[in-house]
Amino acid sequence: MSEPVKQDVHTDPQRREFLKTGALVTGAAVAPGALLYGVAHSRPPEQPASADVRWGMLIDTSKCGDGCSDCVTACNEENGLSGKTGPQDVQYIRKLDIKDLRTGRVHSLPMLCQHCEHPPCVDVCPTGASMRRADGIVRVDQHICIGCRYCMMACPYKARSFQHEPVTNQKPDVPRGMGCVESCTLCAHRVDRDQEPACVEACNANGHRAMLFGDLKDPDSDLARALKAQPSIEVRADLGLNTGVRYQGI
Amino acid sequence: MAIESCFDQQRCKPGLFWALLGLGGLVVLGMLYAFFTLEHHGHVLTGMDNQIVWGLPHVFAVFLIVAASGVLNVASIGSVFGKKVYKARAPLSGMLALAMLAGGLAVLVLDLGRPDRLIVAMTYYNFKSIFAWNMIFYNGFFAIVGLYLLTLMDRKLQGYSRAVGLVAFLWRLALTTATGSIFGFLVARAGYNSAMMAPMFIIMSFAYGLAVFLVVQSAMYKWNGLKLDEAILARMKNLLGVFIAASLYFTVVFHLTNLYFAKAWEFERFILLEGGSYTVLFWGGQIVIGGLLPLALLYSPGARQSVGTVMAAALLVIIGGLAQMYVTIVGGQAFPLDLFPGHAESSSFYDGVVHGYSPTVYEFLLGFGGIGIAFVLTVAAVRAFRFLPQDDFKALEAEKA
Repeated sequence: MSEPVKQDVHTDPQRREFLKTGALVTGAAVAPGALLYGVAHSRPPEQPASADVRWGMLIDTSKCGDGCSDCVTACNEENGLSGKTGPQDVQYIRKLDIKDLRTGRVHSLPMLCQHCEHPPCVDVCPTGASMRRADGIVRVDQHICIGCRYCMMACPYKARSFQHEPVTNQKPDVPRGMGCVESCTLCAHRVDRDQEPACVEACNANGHRAMLFGDLKDPDSDLARALKAQPSIEVRADLGLNTGVRYQGI
Repeated sequence: MAIESCFDQQRCKPGLFWALLGLGGLVVLGMLYAFFTLEHHGHVLTGMDNQIVWGLPHVFAVFLIVAASGVLNVASIGSVFGKKVYKARAPLSGMLALAMLAGGLAVLVLDLGRPDRLIVAMTYYNFKSIFAWNMIFYNGFFAIVGLYLLTLMDRKLQGYSRAVGLVAFLWRLALTTATGSIFGFLVARAGYNSAMMAPMFIIMSFAYGLAVFLVVQSAMYKWNGLKLDEAILARMKNLLGVFIAASLYFTVVFHLTNLYFAKAWEFERFILLEGGSYTVLFWGGQIVIGGLLPLALLYSPGARQSVGTVMAAALLVIIGGLAQMYVTIVGGQAFPLDLFPGHAESSSFYDGVVHGYSPTVYEFLLGFGGIGIAFVLTVAAVRAFRFLPQDDFKALEAEKA
């Protein structure tokens, strides 16, 4: 019979330290990527938008600053809009002041494309230029828009503008052109890079935090939680469009 | 020489023909000038904006398209319903339908923000869009009515005229249904969003089309020094009277249904009472000039014998029709969208305010250009082909007996 092999029960402290550090380093390297994937669902440019997410927004009018238009300024800057407010000028987002005619209560709120699930602008567009991405963002394909403006007739929110003049100083991320219709893209170019829309970023930066952006389909997102916790409304809910932008405080 | 191809060799007036063609050509040139200017500088030169997105060009375009489908009715009554008086007028009716549709579509296309992308409109179809369906109906209309004209004018093909005429009749009903639905399907706007739009446009097309037909027919008879038979005049004027009355009836029902819905009250108050120029155009243009006045003329004593009275009534119907289109298209947009019912709204984007509209010369040039195209095509067609109605009075007597 052979002698049983005696095992050395003594552990090398250096080896343990090595494993601990290794695990920490690996975790630190992988975690942000994994977290980022979970939060923002980033995707490479060649990958189409995913129907697993639906981008949306919750606007708390009680936090929206009266007279503040940082969201409008940020939008104009981001998309290369002139910021002029003549009847023929392009506006993606505007501050809307409303007053209840019975109670006299006033609200100030940003109004933009509501990114409907059933957008009337997409229904009526003859060429399909007005379209809804799989992730819920409604926008105009500037390559096949013929400038008929029927989508502007159909939009319940007056969210679209026709480009009446030649466009200069365009932003590379936001192609635009004379004779086409355009509107808020929910900053699709930023969202595809895991950033928030410019208006939301500006609202957060000034401390109002009235605009919350996120994935409506993710029950753990801040947006979905906020919508679950507090009552909110859709503008023109009677039309049954299931808007991606909701309002609180009205 | 052009004079050789004139139908009525004895009474040809080549000078007048070329003068009319030149006049129409000038109007079309004006349209092209407007088109190229807007194509270069953009719609910033027009009175249209982000509030009134469809303006005067669309008023003319939709009127021409609706009247084009209506003018074909004269042929349909002849071919489909077998009335000989109308059968004799079928070729003129079909030709006018094609000319007016061409004029109306030209305005629509030349007003596009990107008219250079017409090929896109022809190759990319969103079949959920009633606008896309309209494009199919317009193109089909050209093909079917063109074929119908062939069966009417080529003796060898005349046996097919009834069948093709029936298809053309059904097609034009579908076309006008689709045209009315362009507005009827706009769910968000108080001035539209009504199933009444499609049938109302159809009945209005009957009136506008017949009015245009009567004006052209009277001009052609006058040009050739002929006199329209009294009995035929009486029949056609009575038919116009019925169409006008029916249009008025539909207008009343349309506004009554709106008045029944509390959420449409504000819009009705706007159009019927407080809309300024839109209210004036509705009551003065659409109702009085386009409805009551022509009815009074058509049923006045002596109207049976008076081509002038009937022509005046027909012209009033056309003017009233343009007023109706203005009230429907521009008035419907001038009334602001109500995003928050029960709230006063204001913003930098003109929320909550009635939108003004002042068309510029370019919109007038585009709009009248559409009429110019229809006019030039008609003048050339009646010169080159036998479109003057040829009544067989013996057959008419037999039909009456």
